[in-house]
This record gives sequence, C-alpha cells and structure tokens, in this order.
Amino acid sequence: MTSETSDEIRDAFRRAVPIILSASPFGVLFGAVAVDNGLSMAEASLMSLTFFAGASQLVGVELFSHHIPAWLVVLSIFAVNFRHVLYSAAIARHIAHFSLLQKLVGFHVLTDPQFAETERRGESGIRVSFVWYIVLGLTIFVPWQLLTILGAYLGNLIGDPQAIGIDVLMPIYFMGLVLGFRSRSNWLPVVAASAAGSVLAMKFVGSPWHVSLGALAGIAVAALMPLNGDAADDAVSGGLEKEA
Amino acid sequence: MEEVFHAQTLVIIFFGAVATYLTRVGGYALISRMERIPPRLEAALNAVPAAVLTTLAAPAFLTGGLDVSLAMLVALLVGLRLSTLPMLAAGWIVVMAIRHFIG
Repeated sequence: MTSETSDEIRDAFRRAVPIILSASPFGVLFGAVAVDNGLSMAEASLMSLTFFAGASQLVGVELFSHHIPAWLVVLSIFAVNFRHVLYSAAIARHIAHFSLLQKLVGFHVLTDPQFAETERRGESGIRVSFVWYIVLGLTIFVPWQLLTILGAYLGNLIGDPQAIGIDVLMPIYFMGLVLGFRSRSNWLPVVAASAAGSVLAMKFVGSPWHVSLGALAGIAVAALMPLNGDAADDAVSGGLEKEA
Repeated sequence: MEEVFHAQTLVIIFFGAVATYLTRVGGYALISRMERIPPRLEAALNAVPAAVLTTLAAPAFLTGGLDVSLAMLVALLVGLRLSTLPMLAAGWIVVMAIRHFIG
C-alpha cells in the first residue's frame, strides 16, 4: 500500500467518526420503530442493507403499519430520497474517473454525509479516489447495519427520542455540513432561499416535499444570479473543477 | 413462531430499494449525457450542497420548539469556529439542560 493510499484511508476513517456519532441514534431508532411496527428483525436488516437511507427507512416503516397501499409507500420512499438525484448529478465531475462497477457500487453508499464529504474533497482540489470514497462509505454502512440490529433488539426500550435529546443531533449535523460550504459563491442567498422555501413548503405542501421544493428554491437562486464576478471567486475557492 | 419475512413487506422493500437506487444513479446518468455543462447549470450544481442540506436543518429550527432553536443557535455559533463534533456536543448539552432544568 502506498503512503498516499494509507493517508486516504486514514482521512476517510477520520471523517466517518462524527457521521457515525450523529447517525447512530437514528440507526437504533429505525431498528426499534421497525420491530415496533411489526417488521421482523430480518426485514429491518434487509431494509437497512438495500436502502441505506435513514429518513426514507423511518418513513417507510411508519407507513407499513397504517394499511396504506404498497405503491403509495414506495412513492413516499421515492419522494424522501429524491434529493439523491441532485447529489449524483453534482458529484459526477468528481467521480467520472471511476470504473462502471465502481460507480454502480459507489452510488449505493451515496448518503447525505457521503455527498457532502465528496463535494468538499473534490472542491479542495484533491482527486476523489475510489479507495477514499468506498472506505468512507463502508465505514458508515457497516455500523448502520449493526445499529439496526441493536435497535431491533432493544425494541421499545428507547421510548421518547426527545427525552434523551437525540432529536437535535441530525438537524445540527446537517447545519454543520451547510456551514462547511460557506466559502462557495452565492452561499448566503442559496441558504436563505432554501430555508424559506423548505419552511413554506412544509407548511403549505407538507413533508417530505419540503426537501425537494426548498432545494429547488435555493438552486434556482444560484442559477439566476449574475454569472460575472463570481468567476474570480470560483477560481480561488472552487479550485480544480471540471476544467482541470 | 413469528415469520421471518412477509410477502407484502418484501414487495415494498424491493421496490423501495429500487426507487432509492434509481435516485442515486439518476442524476449522474442525466448529467453524464451532456457534452459540456452550461455555466448556469454548473452554478446550480455548485449550489446543491447548501440548497439541499439546508432543507434538512431549517424546518427543525423553526418548528422544533424553543429548546431546539436555542440548541441549534448555540451549535451554529460553535460551528463558525469549531468542527462538527463540538457542534453536536454543544447543541446536545443545551437541549438537555433546557429540558431538565426548565422543562
């Protein structure tokens, strides 16, 4: 193993730590809620293995118990996960050099934090190698599976997530990810538009559509902003993008 | 004895997993068909992280209650200087303190 590769592996491990810490209560919560809603432990595990997308897993198991038609459950899962379309479009420039198999495997572990870390690494001018990408992905994937099983064992022991304060961890974690991109051009107008859009959409359309609609508001602002003037910023902060 | 798998559940899990995977491949499949990326589309793609991740945090700030809002505000201030772990710790301490001492 070259020292470059071991540096990449070490970096991926280091970045996975806060991700696992903030996601772990939700892995346990998912396992517990799943069993509580009548899924077997095997079914809960199968979901964690094949979805690997926490929010949609929780939405999915919540709907299982309500006698909702299967197609509507699947549509809800799709709606919650729709943001990944934007993720895979945005990281295309950083992972274009992966082989087809590497891409097909890599997309399965494309979670919110995986996307944010990949964007940040690519933006800082470092080549996003498959080794770095997959080590980060698997370091989140494996604990997620174990936490699901743990939650299914614990069942209802967790009780109210608010009582132990875990409900604030995920929003704070996402806020931290947003802050990590604050050197990008138009960051503040994009964040303001997305925040306003998501809150309005939640009020008038409902969850989970607030994610897609809020995101579109922010993206539209970025696309409509004057292009001249931020080219210089991009050269400094964006570093080597697709021209490189 | 409890069944390990139920047919209806397996069907939902299967199609849910396929739908999820398609969202993860879809954007790449669309964008990689383009020969070059127009500047406004590139600006839009550059905004994806801030735009999407904000929608996962902002509603909690406004609708999660005063304790959650305060915890997120403190975490935001911490986050301007420090990394994610101290943010999580600060926010968690604030929300637990409010819930225990103020109720």
